[in-house]
Amino acid sequence: MAAQQHGMVEKRGAGIWLTHALMILGVLVIFFPIWLAFVASTVSQPEIVRPPMPIWPGDQFWENYKAALFSGVNVPVATMLFNSLVMAIGIAVGKIAISLLSAFAIVYFKFPGRTTFFWLIFLTLMLPVEVRIVPTFEVVAGFGMLNSYGGLIFPLIASATATFLFRQFFLTIPDELAEAARVDGARPMRFFIDIVVPMSRTNIAALFVILFIYGWNQYLWPLLITTDPEMNTIVMGIKQMFPSGDDVANWPVIMATSILAMIPPVIVVVSMQKLFVRGLVDSEK
Amino acid sequence: MEKRVTFRGWLLPLVLIAPQVIISAVFFFYPAAQAIWQSLFIPDPFGLSSQFVGLGNFEFLLSDKFYRASFLTTAIFSTLVTLCSMIPALFLAVIADRLIKGSGAYRTLLIWPYAVAPAVAGVLWLFMFNTRVGVISWYLSQLGYEWNHVLNGTEAMGLVVVASAWGRISYNFLFFFAALQSVPRSVIEAAAIDGAHFWRRFFTIVLPLLSPTAFFLLVVNVVYSFFETFGVIHTITGGGPQQATTILVYKVFSDGFVGQDLGSSSAQSVILLIVVGLLTVIQFKYVEKRVHY
Repeated sequence: MAAQQHGMVEKRGAGIWLTHALMILGVLVIFFPIWLAFVASTVSQPEIVRPPMPIWPGDQFWENYKAALFSGVNVPVATMLFNSLVMAIGIAVGKIAISLLSAFAIVYFKFPGRTTFFWLIFLTLMLPVEVRIVPTFEVVAGFGMLNSYGGLIFPLIASATATFLFRQFFLTIPDELAEAARVDGARPMRFFIDIVVPMSRTNIAALFVILFIYGWNQYLWPLLITTDPEMNTIVMGIKQMFPSGDDVANWPVIMATSILAMIPPVIVVVSMQKLFVRGLVDSEK
Repeated sequence: MEKRVTFRGWLLPLVLIAPQVIISAVFFFYPAAQAIWQSLFIPDPFGLSSQFVGLGNFEFLLSDKFYRASFLTTAIFSTLVTLCSMIPALFLAVIADRLIKGSGAYRTLLIWPYAVAPAVAGVLWLFMFNTRVGVISWYLSQLGYEWNHVLNGTEAMGLVVVASAWGRISYNFLFFFAALQSVPRSVIEAAAIDGAHFWRRFFTIVLPLLSPTAFFLLVVNVVYSFFETFGVIHTITGGGPQQATTILVYKVFSDGFVGQDLGSSSAQSVILLIVVGLLTVIQFKYVEKRVHY
């Protein structure tokens, strides 16, 4: 059926192969940096420092990944992976939780100061953490939250994108449901837990994917507030593995770390592709 | 838009909204206000007291040749990143759209780079162009071209642009592909019957229909290249050589944290704040328009 629909404008024979060939070429070019990093993570240091390095994987896979995970350079990569996981999940869960609550309050209640709060939250859309790093750093330092998970997480959940998304969605929930809940004498929180949250689960899942990647891929903020290598996240920790001065970097271990750093977000994106695309389109609207 | 049915009470909603308001106040409004306040002062070298200078920091910045250079660098950088990420993405999306079978598999592969953090992307590209071990720099030298982004500002800029644009190709591809899929087939077929060949159909029908998506991506990519590329620059060039890749966000960091010049760094934050504000207004104006149509 689909083929018939598209029949008129679709190339056949040589044309379709050319299209596939172009596509494969595109994918290869886009993929090349990742492939090369993978190859580098499976060969030995001497093979890399004598260019050109091989283009097919070597036999040092286990050695390099073991060295990275359990010894690393400053700190075992396993530790950094754990820190990244805590940070990414903390940001995703934290942001979703506070946004669900505040969006529910804004949509389902009329209370003094509602519009003011709404605009205050709206303003936080405007200023990425990169812009206010120095004073935010001072606040976090003042609370003694340097080198802590709280310090990694809280400043990054102070943003309103998720609140807006949930607000938009709540506005589409039929009024009849709230009406019925009120007639039945259900308390607002019952309504929230039994109706609103279950109805929002697709949005919650989509947002989780986006926020997990956002949290995992943070660089500048962990760089500033984790001075203790034990608290480094993997994405910022890679740069710390390069020696200062003229020493040659331990490329196989660094590249193994780079691959380890991209695996969790890639798994999330690829396995939840549909949700991810939906979350992306929604959160940018 | 408002709900007709609302619950009574004022204490509960205040409790519900409190976590977000408190976190925003502590980690957002207070630091933002602090940035604006600090931008009006010059601290003494020992950090013991500071002197009120009004708009002095701003006047100094706007006449500072390094800051102006950073503005220009940012403009060049974000223009190039936007172009280098949108054009290949559109090209790939057009090809993928022509394929009925297999486009899902290609899409799965093309999404990968989006998941790679900018800082990690920086390390990957640094590895390929490393002056000592890089594969591409080695082949270039075989061809007689000595690549050295550590010394050559233009090459450094080229490298951070490509490394920043790379992950965005995936992102833009997804949006372009979705937009292409929603172009009505009947319109394309009608044009085909009229004898319009592929490229003609593309430029006269498809491209105009894509323009809302393209404009949206333009704004989003400019915002991205302003703020989220810090990791790429920090890992590849550290802003060098001779500040050739010091974009505005990088300068806020290097003046504020490395140089400890709080007044100037805060003033730069405020200027950036205005820039983001303008970009956000443009974005919302556009979204509003799209909703009406």
